[in-house]
Amino acid sequence: MRKDKPCVLKVEDVTMQFGGVVAVNNFSMEEYEGEIVAIIGPNGAGKTTAFNVITGVYAPTNGRVTFNGERVIENFPRGKMKKAYLGQNAGKYTEHLEPTPDKLTALGMARTFQNIRLWKSMTVFENVLIAKHLKRTSNVFSATFGLNRLEEQMQREEADALIETVGLADVRDELATSLPYGKQRRLEIARALATEPKLLLLDEPAAGMNPQETVELTRFIGEIRDQFHVSILLIEHHMDLVMDISERIYVLDFGSMIASGTPAEIQQNEKVIDAYLGVTDDA
Amino acid sequence: MKTLNESRSSRKSSWLSLLLVLVFLAIVFLLDQNIKPTNKMYMLLTVLQKGSVYALAAVSMNLLNGYTGLFSLGHAGFMLIGAYTYAIFTIPSSARDTVYQYFDAAIRFSFPETFSNVMGPAGTALGVLTAVILAGLVAAFFAYLIGLPVLRLKSDYLAIATLGFAEIIRAVFQWQKLGPITNGSNLLKSFARTSKFKLEVGDTKIVLSTFVPVLIATVSIIIIVKLVNSTYGRAFKSIRDDEVAAEAMGINLAKHKMISFTVSSFFAGVSGAMMAMVLSIAQASNFKSAMTYEILLMVVLGGIGSISGSVIGSFLFVAASEWWLRGLDSGTFLGINAPGIFRNGFRLVVFSVIIMIVVLFFRQGIMGEREISDLFRDRKKKAKGAAK
Repeated sequence: MRKDKPCVLKVEDVTMQFGGVVAVNNFSMEEYEGEIVAIIGPNGAGKTTAFNVITGVYAPTNGRVTFNGERVIENFPRGKMKKAYLGQNAGKYTEHLEPTPDKLTALGMARTFQNIRLWKSMTVFENVLIAKHLKRTSNVFSATFGLNRLEEQMQREEADALIETVGLADVRDELATSLPYGKQRRLEIARALATEPKLLLLDEPAAGMNPQETVELTRFIGEIRDQFHVSILLIEHHMDLVMDISERIYVLDFGSMIASGTPAEIQQNEKVIDAYLGVTDDA
Repeated sequence: MKTLNESRSSRKSSWLSLLLVLVFLAIVFLLDQNIKPTNKMYMLLTVLQKGSVYALAAVSMNLLNGYTGLFSLGHAGFMLIGAYTYAIFTIPSSARDTVYQYFDAAIRFSFPETFSNVMGPAGTALGVLTAVILAGLVAAFFAYLIGLPVLRLKSDYLAIATLGFAEIIRAVFQWQKLGPITNGSNLLKSFARTSKFKLEVGDTKIVLSTFVPVLIATVSIIIIVKLVNSTYGRAFKSIRDDEVAAEAMGINLAKHKMISFTVSSFFAGVSGAMMAMVLSIAQASNFKSAMTYEILLMVVLGGIGSISGSVIGSFLFVAASEWWLRGLDSGTFLGINAPGIFRNGFRLVVFSVIIMIVVLFFRQGIMGEREISDLFRDRKKKAKGAAK
């Protein structure tokens, strides 16, 4: 753990309840600058839900998320949830902060999707270029009447530089959807990097990849962290990838965190082994 | 290096398109001088006038439906607001009382008149221009108000809500209580219209009846093209392609949808003002939802997501329905005289068949998602490939 570095992301007591189902129960985690942290867990453990809470897709039922020292998301059981709430720490949080995902991205959180979501009708270059829109300073009038030519030029150069760095220069003008799967992933990560994030969130980056592609991706994620000075939070099923690159791991099962620690610790943890392999009743 | 070459070639092509536009305007200007209302070819000018109105309407609808992916059907409503705003603010004071014969006109102010009192003839032109821009602004303002609740909806729901609002606007403008402003359900007339647009230099009269609407439409469409190609236009396209991804990449959905909606409605308002000046009347009952569907048809025929497609689509539509197929209604078509078949309404039958054929054989519309400039580029690329 890099406790000497500032804390990028702090999740406190996050509970996400849908109706009577507690999908994420009292989940807390921390991530420090420059770290690669993974959330793992069997199917339906609540990993993606936790991820969606952090990125602003869902408002949590209870809990708080702090990003770069700034409280960004906070909620407490309100309205109907007041009575129906099944989680813990009710009453600990009193504020209601519910930003839309684009506000969080503007603060420096960028994500990729489990089922790749590139802009289909556009080329590789355009996909990266549009993500640069976030950093614009021009308004709609100056952009329409071409008064932002310098900025436009900058956007294009930066997008090209980024495409070069991630190794997609040879397919720059191809339609994004015509790329092979591995390259589409790469492009999605490049697009997220174009928003100049401090924290990169990867939702199952190796889903659907063959072993060869997974190895390349593992190397790629490491390179990105060093080159762009981002912290990375990832959800993953591929144990090889997780054990290879992450410095710390949080394990979720049935919505609750059952373990956390370094890959070596996690591999020895009996609760984790049980969760993944299942426990026989008579054992 | 790539970007450098690209920007140079794009600059070259933008100069070329500017030149083409100027040539087109010059031709329209010359036609305007040389075709007298008695001439058989005068229909061409009518088509150019009406076509430019519909072209702007179709392009502004395409900005919303084709580029931002917001399926809105409120266009006729915003055109109505534009037409009325333009008409109300250009009726000369001498004609007010005859126009508002059942009401006591509340607004007794005319831009062309006020400005021409100060600046002479140039003031009239400026007054008309001011009224056109005001028409757009009022339409955009209403779009902003309607957009606040409506833009939260998606796809079909948005279409139904905007359609409803357009009908509400029409009903409100026909409301008798608003008579002092809108003249109730009676029509507005006697305002500045294209048939009166001319320039007098000494003894020579320069007719501008067709040139003015074509010029306004051209300038407006160029502005929309610029917007679509800007960083905001790209953001619109990303919302169309995948809203969730766009939001995750930091694009504020509410803000960008609102920009697209108000800009689109601004130009719908301008095209409404143009329609008033071309038809020389403004009446709320003309702006039914059927008009929205006509415009939508032009957009679809031309190709959703193609500006040049919308322009081509609307000119073809207007030319076919107003000119080429006229004979089908009046007895003689292509030299065949058959009053038994070619009578009132037959034109629409043939027209529907033609539209079905076009839709069947051009699934993506005439242009698909390409622009005219892309066609040249494709040919160049092919030529280069062959040379290699």
